[in-house]
Amino acid sequence: MEILVCIKQVPGSNKVEVDPVTGVLKRNGADSKMNPYDLYALECGMKLKEQYGGRVSVITMGPPPAAVVIKEAFAMGADEGALLSDRAFGGADVLATSYTLAQGIKKMGKFDVIICGLQTTDGDTAQVGPEVSEALDIPCVCNVAKIDKVEDNNIFVDMEMANEFEQLKVQFPCLITVKKDINQPRLPSYKLKKATEKKEIAVYGLKDMEDQDKKHYGLSGSATQVQRIFPPVSDKEQETWEGSGQELTDKLFDKLKQLKFIS
Amino acid sequence: MSEYKKLTEADLEEIAKIVPRERILWADEVNEEYSHDELSAIPSYPDLVVRATSAEEISKVLKYANQEHIAVTPRGAGTGLVGASVAVEHGIMMDTTLMNHFLELDEENLTLTLEPGVLLMEIYQYVEPKGLFYPPDPGEKTATIGGNISTNAGGMRAVKYGVTRDFVRGLEVVLADGTILELGGKVVKNSSGYDLKDLIIGSEGTLAFITKAILKLLPLPQKAVSLLVPFPSLAQAIGTVPLIVKSKAIPTAIEFMEREVIMDAEQFLGQSFPDNQADAYLLLKFDGDTAEDIAKAYDGVAQICLEQGACDVLIADTDERADAIWKTRGSFLQAINGSTTMMDEVDVVVPRNRVNEFVEFVHALQEEMHIRIKSFGHAGDGNLHVYILRDDLDEDEWHRVLEATMEKMYAKARAMEGQVSGEHGIGFAKKSYLKESLDPAAVAVMQGIKKAFDPNNILNPHKVCFD
Repeated sequence: MEILVCIKQVPGSNKVEVDPVTGVLKRNGADSKMNPYDLYALECGMKLKEQYGGRVSVITMGPPPAAVVIKEAFAMGADEGALLSDRAFGGADVLATSYTLAQGIKKMGKFDVIICGLQTTDGDTAQVGPEVSEALDIPCVCNVAKIDKVEDNNIFVDMEMANEFEQLKVQFPCLITVKKDINQPRLPSYKLKKATEKKEIAVYGLKDMEDQDKKHYGLSGSATQVQRIFPPVSDKEQETWEGSGQELTDKLFDKLKQLKFIS
Repeated sequence: MSEYKKLTEADLEEIAKIVPRERILWADEVNEEYSHDELSAIPSYPDLVVRATSAEEISKVLKYANQEHIAVTPRGAGTGLVGASVAVEHGIMMDTTLMNHFLELDEENLTLTLEPGVLLMEIYQYVEPKGLFYPPDPGEKTATIGGNISTNAGGMRAVKYGVTRDFVRGLEVVLADGTILELGGKVVKNSSGYDLKDLIIGSEGTLAFITKAILKLLPLPQKAVSLLVPFPSLAQAIGTVPLIVKSKAIPTAIEFMEREVIMDAEQFLGQSFPDNQADAYLLLKFDGDTAEDIAKAYDGVAQICLEQGACDVLIADTDERADAIWKTRGSFLQAINGSTTMMDEVDVVVPRNRVNEFVEFVHALQEEMHIRIKSFGHAGDGNLHVYILRDDLDEDEWHRVLEATMEKMYAKARAMEGQVSGEHGIGFAKKSYLKESLDPAAVAVMQGIKKAFDPNNILNPHKVCFD
């Protein structure tokens, strides 16, 4: 079975800063990590490989330093990796990113199942996975909470809906996006890290793509543009009271009355 | 017949003149949780609980108790394991959990002044966003700092940073007669007479009552990486530790754990551990300012582990990865407790190069005594946590086997030049073992110190070094 996992480098800590001038997320290359959701996707890939045989490849898009997430995937057991990197790809929104990934995937080869994390921790759109499947014209199942089995070129998965699970049988090739906690991702191995230190990573640019029209990539291929990113304004008000139980009870009663929660 | 006064309504009235009645619990108001700590076998209720809010209150209550010869037992969060906060003579229990305020963060002196009821986890939450670091890291994060100081709690970062004692600069204490004393301070050095502060640390509430502490802080290391190292056998895992120590690498922590205990924790947490290829693991943690520095520091250690037969070395370099491991490690005590009907513990500390010998002895003891024993611990500092499990033994049989098993373990630890307790303290439960392990002259000096501080023996009687 040929398995491909889409991975992405995201800021290493949750304290993400926004550039006040450009309104773009500040990405500090030194402090970055693999998108936590992608770890679950990669673990799904590794488990499928262990159970049904085959290979796990990974693909990412980003500037040259993004190659470290591919190395990390090697240390977790991935067999092959490709980095999509070109100035022309810069400034891409979800649409252009998905299109670029789809082009890169075509370049890499044929895959039975493509696995993505449900979303990233920096963009949180959860749109790239489904849009890649659109660009590749293959079926897609999002929000997968469980992979049941693979049989006769079909994968059987449980998709989580608002109030129920839907069990689906999907024909290869297909794309699934997996939920957090679908498994417990393995840790990178020092042994594999050392063994794959010099392993080659394929780097593909615009010239390697089937569609070489610049207008479909990067900023010019983007249907949306981020105007500004800002932290939400909180309208929560907090008050701290001290006093005896009786005093606090009275105070709380008065407050609730004043706010008209009780009459 | 106890030599201590049993409290009456008249005493309640007197104490209510010092502390408002609504912060006093009397008779039926004394909740069950005040009758035990996390592990004590025999519950004992205090006659009265004072929920103190200031040193002045404590001073006045102690003065009264000293005059009336009433036993006073200090209590923080009640997470102790040796009965130190159990009121064996009933009397007054002084609960400090309302004294839970941060008083001052002095960034010019890198000190944090706080009240004794602040919880350990609250300290981390308070200082870390400011780029500061309180290194002691005992497993029980809901313990109070007062309790931590009273037991000289150690924890998982002791290998590199030391224990609670190393991070206490000053204390405010109340003596048994009500005198309020400041000991130490914000000073870095101090050669000014006997260090009374250091005597109070680890004295388990028997010498004086801690009402304020000045803690030393460090700059917060920017990054940490944990290594989870699976080994085919526990002997190989623990046998590797002295070589790591010898290599001069300084991890913040070196822990050992066994598959069986990990499985208990998985069940307890409802969450799976990131690896299941081996029966035994070492867990190491390295901290530093950049990922590259840390990788350099652990590279040699990883090589040593592989040379000693480790199956692999797994790298937990992000918060999510580290949490998956350390959360499991942090739940061992409760997980083991949940796997049996009752348990008792041994917290011996032995020289670091003899941990393996002790653990193998414990394994053999399991067979010999026909009882389940589980262990985990701080391989890097020689402190072991060994739990003896009752399972379905009846009361008499349990006590017989428990006592015999403990006796053997403490004798072994003594023979290996170890100590009775690495970090949990002596309290009530380990007194006899302390006595057996120390020179009688040392016990006599300890008793003399106790008499000097508390001539009427009202502070936490029958604990540590007194029968």
